[in-house]
Amino acid sequence: MNSKTISIKELIESGNPPEILFWIGCAGSYDERYKKVTKSFVKILNELNINYGVLGKEEGCTGDPARRAGNEYLFQMQAINNINLLNTYNVKRIVTACPHCFNTIKNEYPALGGEYEVQHHSEFLEELINDGKIQIKKLKEKITYHDSCYLGRANNIYSAPRKVIDSLKSDLIEMKRNKQNGLCCGAGGAQMFKEAEDGKKSINIERIEEAIDTGATTIASACPFCLTMMSDGIKEKNQEENIRTKDIVEILAENIKSKKQN
Amino acid sequence: MIEYLEQTVFITVFLFFGFLIYRRCKTIYRNILLGKKEYNSFNSKNEKMKNVLLLALGQKKMFKKIIPAILHLLIYIGFILINIEVLEIIIDGVFGTHRVFASIFNGSYHYIISFFEFLALLVIISCVFFLTRRNILKIDRFQKVELFGWPNLDANIILIAEIILMVAILTMNAADLSLQNINSTNYTKTGLFMFSNYLTPLLSDYGESKLIFIERSAWWIHIIGIFSFALYVTYSKHLHIFLAFPNTYYSNNDPLGKMKEMPEITSEINLMLGLSNSDEAKGSVINRFGAKDINDLSWKNLLDAYSCTECGRCTEECPANLTGKILSPRKIMMDTRDRAEEYGKILDQNGNPEIKNFLLDSYITREEINACTSCNACTEACPININPLEIILELRRYVALEESKAPNEWNMMFQNIETNFSPWKFPIEDRFKWNKENE
Repeated sequence: MNSKTISIKELIESGNPPEILFWIGCAGSYDERYKKVTKSFVKILNELNINYGVLGKEEGCTGDPARRAGNEYLFQMQAINNINLLNTYNVKRIVTACPHCFNTIKNEYPALGGEYEVQHHSEFLEELINDGKIQIKKLKEKITYHDSCYLGRANNIYSAPRKVIDSLKSDLIEMKRNKQNGLCCGAGGAQMFKEAEDGKKSINIERIEEAIDTGATTIASACPFCLTMMSDGIKEKNQEENIRTKDIVEILAENIKSKKQN
Repeated sequence: MIEYLEQTVFITVFLFFGFLIYRRCKTIYRNILLGKKEYNSFNSKNEKMKNVLLLALGQKKMFKKIIPAILHLLIYIGFILINIEVLEIIIDGVFGTHRVFASIFNGSYHYIISFFEFLALLVIISCVFFLTRRNILKIDRFQKVELFGWPNLDANIILIAEIILMVAILTMNAADLSLQNINSTNYTKTGLFMFSNYLTPLLSDYGESKLIFIERSAWWIHIIGIFSFALYVTYSKHLHIFLAFPNTYYSNNDPLGKMKEMPEITSEINLMLGLSNSDEAKGSVINRFGAKDINDLSWKNLLDAYSCTECGRCTEECPANLTGKILSPRKIMMDTRDRAEEYGKILDQNGNPEIKNFLLDSYITREEINACTSCNACTEACPININPLEIILELRRYVALEESKAPNEWNMMFQNIETNFSPWKFPIEDRFKWNKENE
């Protein structure tokens, strides 16, 4: 049970306002697969006794897909609601596992009156690792990392997720197109919510072939849409038994040494 | 009178081209300013200059592809430095002198010219290389549909023109040396030029008058060639040689993920929520939300379009294009420029440009803009920071906000966000359920 995750409202009412808000995002709240990522991150937060809260039922879509699909009006309505809520709770610091939420809150909310210190979970985890706060077991595995566009090119975060993988002492094998030249999974810009236009190939298949070519047994990513697209690609290629698709925080959570064991 | 004939002709030609180029530049300037006056870069002056130095002057992003980067650099340095010789030619042309710099630089003149000849040779080699890549090796990004016809021809014309200009310099110098050798009166000794020296045997059969004819012809071909080239460039994709500088200067160092703000929507919402009164909102007159035509885009989008040299690095990296969708970011830029040209022409004829054609639908289709994943591969790839993504997203805004004609699945997603605050149709009540579930 993750009963330790308490909403910021309750925390404030009990006189213990949290230092950090964990912004779950819609995928992290509803998507069966990405809920596991949420729980993995929560496991680490709880393990390290980090003082955090969540918005719970009060959280709403940042508006990113609406904005990318052209509906600025809906985006701003969502943004204003969320900003009002965050400001009411006097939130200063936000961590999220979704690069799209991360980008929107970090880069696009300030213009609408929402100024926060925003971190992606990869940056947050990197800090914990650098500060020696997490004890990590070695994981002997070949891992390739797929860059999320909204983390990479959009926000220049390339090393933090790689640092998380490095901390496991696994083999990190890069795909041919990586970092600045990374290939999109195909789901950004609201593509997640509609069928692709006519073409010769699906973008995620183009990408998964490159990932399979590395010989890695785990394809790591750090974005809910990327994870969906990579998992779908692996299914389509019938590689489910040979290759796992995981978020970086899942891999990390599976391999931390619990304090109780020490 | 006859002794001033050549000078008079030269000055006339010089002024004629000068006028045509000036007129064309004015049109381009006017066309770019058809875009909205809004400003989109908040870079400091230092950041702006840094962009110019690194990207335009230093060509930093070109070096992602090492071979074309080196060849491109050679042509670029060649053209800039050889222009010093053009200055000499213009002075000679206006004042009727011959190789006026020879007396100024005296003993070192032939070294300077030899260096220019070396560059000219490198330019020729690079251009031949580029022609080969384009037409024989058929590099992928030069074989896309948007280049069929005029754009391909345009590219070849430019490369061949550059070769002709360089050959003219070498011929002119070789003839000059030959004339010096036979002590022709107007051709003072300069010392040997390193490369054209090897061409003089080719001219050994000709007498003085023929040599003078060849030297003068090459001189005229070179200088009229340079003038024509300068004029041609303003009509071609080759404008990047000038516009790369302002374009990088005015480019934006914000994170690529940040979309352009729409304060006009913010004031609409504030008005609706009663946070401001209608008088405040009246200040700005909004033509349309988003972009249907080029005048809905910002002037920077249009400067981008005029700066694009159709290299196709954007399209080569575009995930949609790579997987066979019709979207090509290069085509977005070419269309924007073509429409700006058309728009300007109709204005010049005192017509109304917004009757028959618009940027959306007449040039860029909905299928193209819908296929974009907003991954920023195109903006990252562009050597001079052109942003096709911003144009795509502005067109999407028009479709969604003014026409409510976004793809059906997107409209359903909008509805889900409106009712459930999530792009998927899940009840709000279930949002925090994960906390009660077992791992």
